[in-house]
Amino acid sequence: MLRLYGQVISSRLLLGTAQYPSPAILEEAVRCSASNVITVSLRRETAGCAEGNRFYELMKRFRTYVLPNTAGCSSVKEAVLTAELARDLFKTNWIKLEVIGNQDTLQPDVFALVDATKILIEKGFEVFPYTTDDLSVASKLIEVGCKVLMPLCAPIGSAQGPRDTGCLRAMRASFPDIPLIVDAGVGRPSHAAMIMELGFDAILLNTAVAKAEDPVKMAKAFAQAIDAGRLGFQAGLLEPRDIAVSSTPVIGQAVFYEA
Amino acid sequence: MKILVKGVGVGGLTVAYELLSHGLDVTVACPEGLAGSASWCAGGMLAPYCEGEHAPKIFEKLGLYGIQWWNNVLPEDVVRHGTLVLAPRRAHFELDRFAARTKGHSMLSADEIATLEPDLAGRFQRGLFFISEAHFDPRQALERLMIRLKQGGVSFIVSTEQEVLYDFVIDATGSSRLPLDRNLRGVRGEMLLIRTKDVHLSRPVRLLHPRIPLYVVPRKENIFMIGATMIESHNNRLMSVRSMMEFLNAAYALHPAFSEAEIIETGVGIRPAYANNFPRIERKQKFFFVNGFYRHGYLLAPEMARRIAHLVLHAESENEEL
Repeated sequence: MLRLYGQVISSRLLLGTAQYPSPAILEEAVRCSASNVITVSLRRETAGCAEGNRFYELMKRFRTYVLPNTAGCSSVKEAVLTAELARDLFKTNWIKLEVIGNQDTLQPDVFALVDATKILIEKGFEVFPYTTDDLSVASKLIEVGCKVLMPLCAPIGSAQGPRDTGCLRAMRASFPDIPLIVDAGVGRPSHAAMIMELGFDAILLNTAVAKAEDPVKMAKAFAQAIDAGRLGFQAGLLEPRDIAVSSTPVIGQAVFYEA
Repeated sequence: MKILVKGVGVGGLTVAYELLSHGLDVTVACPEGLAGSASWCAGGMLAPYCEGEHAPKIFEKLGLYGIQWWNNVLPEDVVRHGTLVLAPRRAHFELDRFAARTKGHSMLSADEIATLEPDLAGRFQRGLFFISEAHFDPRQALERLMIRLKQGGVSFIVSTEQEVLYDFVIDATGSSRLPLDRNLRGVRGEMLLIRTKDVHLSRPVRLLHPRIPLYVVPRKENIFMIGATMIESHNNRLMSVRSMMEFLNAAYALHPAFSEAEIIETGVGIRPAYANNFPRIERKQKFFFVNGFYRHGYLLAPEMARRIAHLVLHAESENEEL
């Protein structure tokens, strides 16, 4: 069973809540995929009068954990402020911490990320850092108190899927006891299955579901792919081999040569 | 039969017009004037195909009815030049995606874009043309509708306290209903008006971008409307710097000559929406509530007006949802 900061999480699919055709379709996607954690982005201008925001009220009714995020923040100060607004609004210490370092690629600013993480953990937050697959950054984040890491596998919203499985494998091997959630870049269910086969703990999706022609069906597809990948990982995967290995014994069988 | 229509956004004025055209005695309550509504900040694009990208199938049919209605009522205002959808070179995949999700378009080459919009010649390699879409200046449309209503004998009153005097009251007060209708939410939209003689466009241009899709709509007197953000909030504070930057970037990406334009107005509107982003008519005795037009007021108001007129004329009916 997946545990994130002590909470038991029943689904390994985490869903973002932006860009859906409508809140009704979002709700249906969450319900049909059985996702147990949704992330909600808090923009400063929405936070300005966040109390009474009907969109947030709707999120609270989904019977899932709400993981607020600091999407769009590009400085430590902004991210910390947004996290505090989120805590007030959603009454949770969880925060998915995003500090963007490059507006074109939306790569995290890993230096600011570590700094902001430190500050937030001191303030009692439980930080889910959106990070790269860089092991030294990951170590720093764990050092300052993160108990979950959320590496990207490709740029946010790019739908490219895992670009460097070598790095992802290394990350899994280096941090066997830390829940690792791939946070960005997944485009299709097969990508999700592949990442889960590598032993990752969960996947967070937004664009791939929200922008699908049928988001509800896509959410289900991802939920199944994630389950399949997880089961495959647990079942012990065969590694690729160079020679053919027959599945039925060939000893004693006649050998035919075609004319 | 005496009817009071509350609200002078597009929802209120279309239903008033529809009821008036059935010969009913209509009064419109307008405490704040036309400029207070979300409709005042609208783009005025009548784009059932483009907007169908993420709307249910019925949307297209109702939207086409909307274009037809406006064309019948205000033929001098409706410009039927279609919609041009463009994407910067790096976002060409967005064009393919948009094309796959919509109907009623044809793919344009760079030369064809130049023929349609000479000022955009050489700037875009590919585009989509939605030939049967239309646009107009929504403020002018509302003003004209108001004049027509007055000419037809409709009186506009400031106070709404005399509801007992009417057989039916139609509430089309949009986001004013937010505190009273828990199912309604506000979706903030910001827009910008700029003026330049250096660029000419004959039709709305939508600029696809994976993160910030925006549009530029030409109006009279060298004015262009740039819109519109979609922010899940009922906060109606002034436009943010971020949104302004996105708008100006979009305009500049469309044509660098926009950088010399004058900024003449920024606007913020709170669009009322239900969870499915579709409008709804609810009835409580003699009160009808029409709300939740989201970003589709001009397109869907005529159909909702038609339905309300039908309900009023034939009375006996339950709540109606699209």
